[in-house]
Amino acid sequence: MAEKEAVALPVRRKSGSLWGDAVYRLARNRAAILGGVLILLLILTAIFARFIAPYTYEAQDLKNNSAVAKWELSIFPMMEPYAKVSDKFPLGADALGRDLLSRIIYGAQISLAVAFIGPIVALLVGTVYGLVSGFFGKTVDNVMMRFVDLMYAIPTMLLIILMMAFFRGSLNLSEPGTFAYAMNEIDKRFGGMLFIFIGIGLTAWMGTARLARGQVLSLREQEFVLAARAVGSSNGRIIFRHILPNILGPLVITVTLAIPGYISTEAFLSFIGLGVNPPTPSWGSMISEGSTTIRTYPHQALLPAMALSLTMFAFNFLGDGLRDALDPRLRGT
Amino acid sequence: MIRFILQRILWTAVVLLILSLITFGLMHAVPGGPFSREKALPQQTIDILNQKYHLDDPLWKQYLNYLYDVLIPRINDKPATSLIDSYLINIKLWDKTYFRWMNFGPSYHSRSRTVNDIIREQLPVSFQLGVLAIVMALIIGMPLGVIAALKQNTVWDYLGMSMAIFGVSVPVIAMGPILVWIFGVALKWLPPSGWGAKPPYLLFFIPRDLSWAFWKHAIMPVVALGLVNSAIIARLTRASLLQVIREDYIRTARAKGLTERVVVSRHALRNALIPVVTVLGPMFAAIVTGTFVAETIFGIPGLGRYFISSITNRDYPVIMGTTLLYGMLLLLANLVVDISYAWLDPRIRYD
Repeated sequence: MAEKEAVALPVRRKSGSLWGDAVYRLARNRAAILGGVLILLLILTAIFARFIAPYTYEAQDLKNNSAVAKWELSIFPMMEPYAKVSDKFPLGADALGRDLLSRIIYGAQISLAVAFIGPIVALLVGTVYGLVSGFFGKTVDNVMMRFVDLMYAIPTMLLIILMMAFFRGSLNLSEPGTFAYAMNEIDKRFGGMLFIFIGIGLTAWMGTARLARGQVLSLREQEFVLAARAVGSSNGRIIFRHILPNILGPLVITVTLAIPGYISTEAFLSFIGLGVNPPTPSWGSMISEGSTTIRTYPHQALLPAMALSLTMFAFNFLGDGLRDALDPRLRGT
Repeated sequence: MIRFILQRILWTAVVLLILSLITFGLMHAVPGGPFSREKALPQQTIDILNQKYHLDDPLWKQYLNYLYDVLIPRINDKPATSLIDSYLINIKLWDKTYFRWMNFGPSYHSRSRTVNDIIREQLPVSFQLGVLAIVMALIIGMPLGVIAALKQNTVWDYLGMSMAIFGVSVPVIAMGPILVWIFGVALKWLPPSGWGAKPPYLLFFIPRDLSWAFWKHAIMPVVALGLVNSAIIARLTRASLLQVIREDYIRTARAKGLTERVVVSRHALRNALIPVVTVLGPMFAAIVTGTFVAETIFGIPGLGRYFISSITNRDYPVIMGTTLLYGMLLLLANLVVDISYAWLDPRIRYD
């Protein structure tokens, strides 16, 4: 294994640790670097949204509803006869007179939040679940894996839609002082993000759980586990100190490759009206609003659509690069 | 093999039961009865309505009744008349004998129609869209993957895989508006919304008129839905073929002196395409959710669009019925995929 990797690397560099090699290979992958830089820019945009955005996402200028920036007329000349041109908005305004650029900038927050929550839940919950299940085996494994099989078999998107419909429908009317009421208040404070996190988190961990379990099953019979046990390590120590570092690579790959899926799930939910609460902007809800006026003001849907695609590109590039770097045998799969 | 099939069927039934339980439970936990209106109805009316729809029964009884109505087929001698007695599948076997199956009950929102009416009207359209998208995904994705693998690290490979990356990075909700604007608004080649097929259909969903009048509406949504999935299939086909082509038996075939064409088509492709079957299950699910979006963007009167609007309207019987119907279709698709995979690759059965 180590020899094979050394062959793939230039001679002048000595083969280092697994992660050192991975970073080196990642740095040589231009598409992945491009993706990484884009993601970094997006993260900065999302964090400093309130300083970058020219307006707040909810500030309305009703006199300038659907206003168009001058440069947009040269790209969409058909708007000429009826468009209100205003130089107040760099990318124009939406049908309610809110600045599109500001809404796109704030919209990055929700997409990126989902892009990080999904993998975190998948890694924390899924890995621990899979490790425990695989390590203890027998009945524990059987029961735990049947549950995963069951969750896996239920169509994910239908489950998320049902849960979101339930959250939105029932918790809104809950009594003050109850747990449901507190959840709903937190959700409102974050513009509807909490329930999206719960919905995505509930379905994100199953894949990693299966993967982690499979890896543990093949590792736990190996000599280093026996050696660890011989020197008196506890089960917890064997799982987290000896087995976990060995399976982290494939887990990180899977989790990164799943990120575009989480982003598009959130956009989908917001598109169908089950995601963020208005006026919180999400690229999905912006596309939904914009596509009703696509014939007259195409930029209102096309700009958030481009932002969404660009972000998905970036994460796909980075995910592919990370896979090639961590496991060169999988290159191009 | 039979044991495996029976196991899978039983498992599917269990999952379906649990899905129905979750659906029923969640929908009934939502407060506000089906008859709560802005202006409250008189208590007496509500009582009568509750009695009519059996909403004052205990929950477990309501659930069992619902399940009984949905799952158990029956043979009747009377034509269906009332809203409660409407069935999705209602076939006249012979004189005065009807085969009836799947009754999802009345819709609370549109009071003149039942959930079954809605499904019967809208599902064929979604089905047409979905089937065309799957066909497109397969006939573009598989050749693309094969070419990319056979010409690995050439321009063709990079071109194909760039297209695949593009496909997976532009989701339907982004692709939809872009297509509508380019071909529907700017170039005016295709109508930006609507659907060309009208009932009655052959075999419940095949439009009788497959002329340009049908295709001009179908092209954009089918491309938007199919492209993403063809990208996934292309990547998988390529990876699978690359792996197979390094196997010993391929070297043996070459060593025997077979032509490259025979090696690829007889020995490599047959084995390489087996793993592609596994992606079909998740793909059906993606296509179903894709139709929700595509039908909304392209203004197609299908079940997906109705489903989305019923969520906004909080029409719980429709949400429940549609979820269960989609759940059934997807689980059935997965069952078929599982069984055909085990049939194609016998190693699976002994796992």
